Amino acid sequence: MILIPCPWCGERDETEFSCGGPAGVPYPSDPAALSDEEWGTYLFFRDNPRGPFRERWVHTHGCRRWFELTRDTVTHEIHVRRD
Amino acid sequence: MRPTGEHPEFLWRNPAPKRAYEVVIVGAGGHGLATAYYLAKNHGIADVAVLEKGWLAGGNITRNTTVIRSNYLWDESAAIYEHSLKLWEGLEAELDYDLLFSQRGVLNLAHTLQDVRESVRRVGANRLNGIDAEWLDPAEVAEVCPIVNVSPEARYPVLGATFQPRGGIARHENVAWGYARAADALGVDLIQGCEVTGIDGLTLQTTLGPIAAGKIGLCAAGHSSVLAKMVGLDVPIQSHPLQALVSELYEPVLDTVVMSNAVHVYVSQAHKGELVMGAGVDPFISYAQRGSFHVIEHQLAAALELFPIFAQARVLRTWAGVVDVCPDASPIVGPTPVEGLYLNCGWGTGGFKATPGSGWAFAWTLAHGEPHELNAPFSLERFTTGALIDEHGAAAVAH
Repeated sequence: MILIPCPWCGERDETEFSCGGPAGVPYPSDPAALSDEEWGTYLFFRDNPRGPFRERWVHTHGCRRWFELTRDTVTHEIHVRRD
Repeated sequence: MRPTGEHPEFLWRNPAPKRAYEVVIVGAGGHGLATAYYLAKNHGIADVAVLEKGWLAGGNITRNTTVIRSNYLWDESAAIYEHSLKLWEGLEAELDYDLLFSQRGVLNLAHTLQDVRESVRRVGANRLNGIDAEWLDPAEVAEVCPIVNVSPEARYPVLGATFQPRGGIARHENVAWGYARAADALGVDLIQGCEVTGIDGLTLQTTLGPIAAGKIGLCAAGHSSVLAKMVGLDVPIQSHPLQALVSELYEPVLDTVVMSNAVHVYVSQAHKGELVMGAGVDPFISYAQRGSFHVIEHQLAAALELFPIFAQARVLRTWAGVVDVCPDASPIVGPTPVEGLYLNCGWGTGGFKATPGSGWAFAWTLAHGEPHELNAPFSLERFTTGALIDEHGAAAVAH
């Protein structure tokens, strides 16, 4: 069980949250202009680093707000960004 | 009989690496070892090294729940998994090694109307592909597996199941050791404790010095992204922990494999007597080879719902492997845009059953420089062309 520091509610059990995957993946501003390769990259390719990783979580069974944190994928150590 | 305290004979040599090989495989797990074996056996290419950063068979090959089946929905999957199952059926004789391969049948339970429709459809698709498949009603499920709770009062009642009689289990470490011993005997160098730290062209920088390769085959499962990144190649893989557990040893109570997609558990009983159970993946990316305990709790709740008799069973051990999940839950096996570099990854939560077929097809691909028709659909390009092989819901597996 990971303890996740919700920026608004404080540390809570992982079971209260849902993992929203990698952060910083914006929807393409002009999807129709993308090549097949670029569209495929947007849809299917995500960073999968061994080490620090920016990801989004939502406090589903709490304040229901989204936030971003940096979690180490080897140690599970977490740093929250408030924004 | 060997005197007590004396080390048993080694199954393979532990040679120092040569400075160059015709083919270098990265990863001495099931798929890497099988690939090396079939390269030597089927294609006469024995100038092969298998590099392993840890110890041989320390990764997913010995962290899975050993379920073997080929009842996949789509033609492409059915072809490669059925090819694999046919290889399993002759593997103990071929490797001259006991794998405890047991075709005790695999039940995939249906708990909802959607499950029933999907299952009946899959049985039809399987039969069209020459794969043994049956649809069983609840009474027939109880005949095959008397300890499953088929009462209509259950929280998730069993409405029926698909049954593949040729499916089953094998002892996973024996599979790795059998392939390793056979590959070694054909001249393949198995190099343990040799981590790849960089790839320059077709030269691998390792903790045991540089090793040049004619061709490189990556068989690193959950660590495939890390290796591919060394040559600037992105792969559409996410690495997740997948947990499993065994109970203490019990008298035989379960002589088939039972899987339930809807309640998220799959169970078999190993020859020694442990109940072996697997769950779904933890939702986050991790390379830690451990997951969260609530996933185990959820999995056991599901198991107790299906098997009330397990209520007194005790958990002996839990663990996790790092599985490489593709967006369409199908693998990537073939060439890459990097000349001489070949990829075998993305088997995700279901790679064990594919070990012989994957190694067979990947060896063919390495030997010929192009994919075999069995693995051609499982290309990296499909994530550009859109020709996905979507087995997320259809693979009859809980993930």
